This record gives sequence, structure tokens and C-alpha cells, in this order.
Amino acid sequence: MKQPDYLKVHLKAAPHIHSGREVEGIMRRVVYALLPVALFAVAKYGLSALALLAVCILGSLGTEYWILSRRDPQASFGGDGSALLTGLLLALTLPAGLPLWMALVGSIIAILLGKQAFGGLGQNPFNPALVGRVFLQTAFPQAMTSWHPAWAAERFDKLFGSSLTLPLLSPEYDGLSGATPLGLSKFEGLSTELGALLLDQTAGSIGEGSPLLLLLGGLYLVCKRDLDWRIPSAILASLFLFSTTVHLLDPSGAPSPGFMLISGGLLLGAIYMATDMVSSPVTPGAVWSYGIFIGLLVATIRLWGGMPEGVAFAILLANSLVPLLNRAFPPRVYGYRQGGRDG
Amino acid sequence: MSLPSFAQGIHPPTAKQLTAAKPIRRFPFAPYLVILLSQHIGQPAKPVVRQGEEVQRGQLIAEAQGFLSVPMHAPATGRVTRIGKALDMSGRMAQAVMIEPYPAAEQEFPERQGTDPLQCSAAELLQLVQNSGMVGLGGAAFPTHVKIQASLDKGVETLIVNGCECEPYLTCDHRVMLEYPAEVILGIRILLKSLSIDRALIAIEENKADAAAVLRAAIEPDWPIEVQLLQTKYPQGAEKLLTQALLGREIPAGKLPADIGVMVSNVATLMEIARLIPRGQGIIERVVTLSGEGLGKPGNYLVPIGTPLDFILDRVGLEAEQPRVIFGGPLMGKPVACLQTPTTKGVTGILVLKGPPPDHPRPAPSPCILCGDCLRVCPLQLNPSMLGRLAQRSLYEEMAHEYHLRDCFECGCCAYVCPARIPLVQLFQAAKTNLRKLG
Repeated sequence: MKQPDYLKVHLKAAPHIHSGREVEGIMRRVVYALLPVALFAVAKYGLSALALLAVCILGSLGTEYWILSRRDPQASFGGDGSALLTGLLLALTLPAGLPLWMALVGSIIAILLGKQAFGGLGQNPFNPALVGRVFLQTAFPQAMTSWHPAWAAERFDKLFGSSLTLPLLSPEYDGLSGATPLGLSKFEGLSTELGALLLDQTAGSIGEGSPLLLLLGGLYLVCKRDLDWRIPSAILASLFLFSTTVHLLDPSGAPSPGFMLISGGLLLGAIYMATDMVSSPVTPGAVWSYGIFIGLLVATIRLWGGMPEGVAFAILLANSLVPLLNRAFPPRVYGYRQGGRDG
Repeated sequence: MSLPSFAQGIHPPTAKQLTAAKPIRRFPFAPYLVILLSQHIGQPAKPVVRQGEEVQRGQLIAEAQGFLSVPMHAPATGRVTRIGKALDMSGRMAQAVMIEPYPAAEQEFPERQGTDPLQCSAAELLQLVQNSGMVGLGGAAFPTHVKIQASLDKGVETLIVNGCECEPYLTCDHRVMLEYPAEVILGIRILLKSLSIDRALIAIEENKADAAAVLRAAIEPDWPIEVQLLQTKYPQGAEKLLTQALLGREIPAGKLPADIGVMVSNVATLMEIARLIPRGQGIIERVVTLSGEGLGKPGNYLVPIGTPLDFILDRVGLEAEQPRVIFGGPLMGKPVACLQTPTTKGVTGILVLKGPPPDHPRPAPSPCILCGDCLRVCPLQLNPSMLGRLAQRSLYEEMAHEYHLRDCFECGCCAYVCPARIPLVQLFQAAKTNLRKLG
């Protein structure tokens, strides 16, 4: 027999080729999709928005790094991009003049309680950014609903006074703008023109600014197959149908369906938060019912609830149903009858 | 109208241009041949030659052990140098017959009493096929006579001829269809006739339309044989998905194609039946695609069974530093641990891929982020993400009972798309092994 040679070979089980898709790539493209939205926010609110974005992103990254290095001192902090995305998303749901110390607390809560408490990436039942936002909304209701005027002349010269509030102190405001379009509609029965809303909302969280940019980013992600188009579609369709019904029954009291769709945080939530891969369902039946459920909840909270806005609560509630939905709507497996467990 | 196909699946780069235009050429005899006695599903064959004995090309050297087993024949005229252990592709020792071919021998097939296969009965054909040592040449190496027996027992109306060759890189079936259309069609007619099957459907993917045209031209109008083009999509060639694409029918879980009146056979198997049965010969060589970026001279070759891999790689020029060597295609092929291993009846291709495996740069896979890509590609609509999570927690029973682990045929679509690069197929294989141990 011939002497064996010692050519080294790589030995790995099939498959031996890969599509090249990466977790990092998905996170990176979602950040790209949100960049125009973030830039628009900075253009609109100036330095305060920029500081808000920086504080939330650094707070998230720092908390993530701290936890990961405590969990395994040897592990390198690879930075899969998920913590950066959480910080970015959280910042986009905040009002421009929110004291920065509150934003920092929110970003720490988002990573700590929203994600790492459950075991880190891939384990969190709730969208971490929304956990942070809802914590802030509950803890600091006044600061979370105080809106600074957009396009202020001196916005690039200095931060809003409230941004620099010292930790543990409540902000003092000067020159606040009015309520959000949703607030106007709910508490004063005033409606805002739709065309103006689509391009630039008058007041609200910094990321709600331009529904058009939010839609374009979502379209980009759908084309890159990084976003499950069924979820925003189901949310928007169910919200539209439900609010149309209510509007027809009560044309003067209930806002118009078009206004419901493009106002407030709905698009930001439906396109970028409800579709968070980890906390959304995977089986087709579950995906559709999850989206429909969110749409109906948003409509319910907005029409009859005590708050003008309910997207964050609706998504978190639906998140909690995800394991149940995945089990309730298993895909029909090849070679089995519908729903049957055996042939 | 778009061509028929199955639900979901993937579109990997086909990489077939490396060899698709390369005609089948005969590969030289290696200085020694190693005929493993267990290259099929079922009992190993039992040697009937002694060490030092001279054997003629095509001579029976090992006989079948029971119904599930197939015999082996000498791939070359020469001398039996040893009967003993040799390395198989996974690096384990397995029983084998070693033959040293005579360099000067003419290597002619000895004349033998043949049978007209179009005149023989089902029982006769079954016997002839078993005697020829035929196994499914698509890669599974399932004894062909056992499949024939199952078809006879259950009664089959449709013969599906599998010319999909959906695995990237492989072009051996494509070349067989182009170069041996008459033999492929004769093989089909033999099965139709002796097994009383009503009709045959030849399934070919769109990217091999030339082969479809060649086969159509070889079919007489009154033969009940049709050529059907299908979408180019992986894993179109899996029999569960072929019946779905062609007939719109699923094979119920745990059942065989024969249970829904279908027999699926690979084009190369039918071609070999048509070549071997009339001459009463056994299978001693097969068409193999040698391909991959790490090979100097990729091509399609008629390789004697038992040719050692290092001899083949030597001849076609190994160009990779630390390659990945694979028996079969890049999605379901088996990694080769040791280059001294010989080819077997089930080796459709030998791939040499350059560079490290796809998950190499990362020390550990990222956790599953539930993106759902695997659910969108799994051709059986399984939930690979959930199966993977359960596998990592060793919940094998739940995998089998709630998430249909046993239906998975390890096509690799899920692992191909997984952005976290979780080795899903490997996890499922390990889970199945553990379930078998649990009983």
C-alpha cells in the first residue's frame, strides 16, 4: 500500500456552501434604512436630537459591552449591531427635548431588562427599544409628552434647555410647541392636513418626523429581504379597516382612517419595531394574526384609551403572545394533513 | 406560464459551467483498486475470491448477503492482492477487496450470455438487476431491485425519471442524458414493460433544456414517455418534491413513492440498466463529475468503481492548499476525511472546494435571531429554527413528536440561508442518531 500523505483537509458536515447572509448584515441594513430618518430628525430638531441619538446609542452599546464581558471575559465584543440598533430605535421614539439623563436610563433599561435579562440576542420576548420607551413613558410621563417646536431657528446653536437637566431633576420647559397631531385630534377634536403630515409631522417623537422616509426605508429592507412585509401590511390593513368602520359609524367623533395610518409612531412601530425578528412570530398564520392583533390594539387604544398614542403598548402586548401564536398556527408540513400531527 | 415546481426551496449558484460542456471521458486504471463491500444500504457483500486469485473484468468478486444486499464485480482484469480492511470516506476501516489491475491487459468485458430485457418477466428482471449489483446512482445507493420489488408489491402507474440534478456543480446526469439518450429511453422502456407501468415522466430542470430536447428526439410517438421541464430550484430532485412538482401529490409521511403508485429512478441508473442487463454484466464503473475551484482539470469521467481518491486528484490536478473534498454535491455531499478512500457506486461527484468552510471566520455561531428564513426555504415546511433550538437543549423526543424531525431529509436549505450560520443539518443528524440510540 502507498504511504498515506498528510495533505490537510477541512472537514465539516454538509452543506458546504452558504448564501452569504449574515446577522451583522441584517442589522447593518436596518441601520442604513433608518439613517435618513435620523438625519431628518437632526435637521428638524438640531443638536438636541443629535445628542439624544448619541446618548441612546452609547448607552446601549456600553450596557451590552458590560454584560457581555461579565458573562464571558474571554469573549471579544464582536458587535453584531443589535445593541446599536436598539439604541437608535429607542432614540427615535423620544421627544427632542427629553433630558439626556432620562434617555441614558432608558437605553440602559432597554438592554438590561429588555434583552440581557432574558439571555441576550435571540432570547428576548419583547422588543428591547420599546421596553426602554415604555419604561420612560411610565416613569416620566410629563417629559415624554412635552414637545419642542421643530425647525427652531437656533436649533444648531445650542441644546434645548430641558436636554441638559441634571440627573434626578425634572426638566423646566420654555417655549413648548402644541400637542402632537394625535393629541390635537384626541383631546381637542382638531384634525391636521394629511399631505403635510406625510412629509413632516408638526410635533412628536424625533423619528416620527417623516412618514415618507420611514416608508422608503421599509421598502429598501423588503427588497433586501430583511423585513417581513406581512407584518406592517397586516397592521396597517387591520387598523385601516377597523378605523374606517368606526369613522363611518361616527364621522364627527372618530378621526379619519388616513390620519390614523400616517400619524404618530404607527409607521415607525409597524415597519421597524413590530418586525423585530427576535420578538415577532415565524409561522405564516402566526405572522398574519400578530399583525392584525397589533392593528386592532392600536386602534382601540387610540380611539377609546386614555392616551393619544398606543403603538408601543400594542406591540409589546402582541410580543407576549408570540410563542403562543407560533404554536397555535404551525405550518402544514409536507405529507401531513392540515394541523395533523401524524400522517 | 411558469414551469412546475415544489413549494419554497433555494437558488444557489449552480456552478455547472465548470463541467457542463465536458464530454464523458474514460478515467485510467489506478495501480490498485479498493472495492468496499458495503457501498449500498443493506448488508455488506461476501467475498467469493481468494487472495492472489486472478480476476477478469466484470467477474463476480463478492455476492449479495440477503435481499437488501447487492453483489460486487471486478472493475478490472488483474490479481486480488488482499481481502481486508480499508479506509472508507469517513475515515473508518471497512471490509474491502483490493485488486491490482494488469497494466497490459486488454480490459475487455468477457462475452456472456445476455437476455433481451424487453422480453423478460418482472421476476426475471428483478433477478437480473440484483445480479448486476445495481444501486440508485443518484447518490443514495439504495439497491435498485429492492425498489423494483416495492413497486411490484404496491402496484405502480407512473415511473418518474429523475434528470433534475439539482445539486450545484454536478453535471454527470446532464452528460448521460446528452450522450446516452437511447440507453436512457431503453432503460425506461425495460421498466415500463416488465413492471407493467402505464407511463413515464422524465423530469428535467430548465437549465438543461438541451438534454430535454435530445431525449424528446429519442422517444417514438407511441411510447408512453413524456419529458417535463421543471424550474431550476434546489432540491427539485428529491423524490418527495418531484411527485409534488409533477403530479401535484405528496407522499404521506413515513410512506414510499410506491404507496402513491409512483416509482422514482435516476437517469443514470436507467442508462446503466439498459447497458448492463442485455449483456448480463455487473456495474463496475460509473460517470462521476470531478469539479470545484480547487481542481485543475474539472470534467466528467467514467471512473472504475474502487479508484482511490488520491489517484484521481493526482490526475486532475489538486490546486488547493487546504481544500475541502466532498463526495457528492455541495449541499448534501459527504465530506471526505481521508484521501486514500476509494470511489463507490454512490459517488456522483468529487468536489474540491477552495478555502475554509463557510462558518470558518467566526469562533462560534451567532444565536438564532428568529429571522424565519429557514421556514421560508424548507421544502417540507418544517420549522428548522425551532428544531435547532430544541437540538441545542437535547430535546430530541420533542423534535421528533412535535416538529417532525424524522421527515427531514437533510437537504441543507435551512443551513444554507441561516444568517447566524447555525449548523442545523449537523444538529439534526446528531438528534436522529441520539433518537435511534434511545430506541
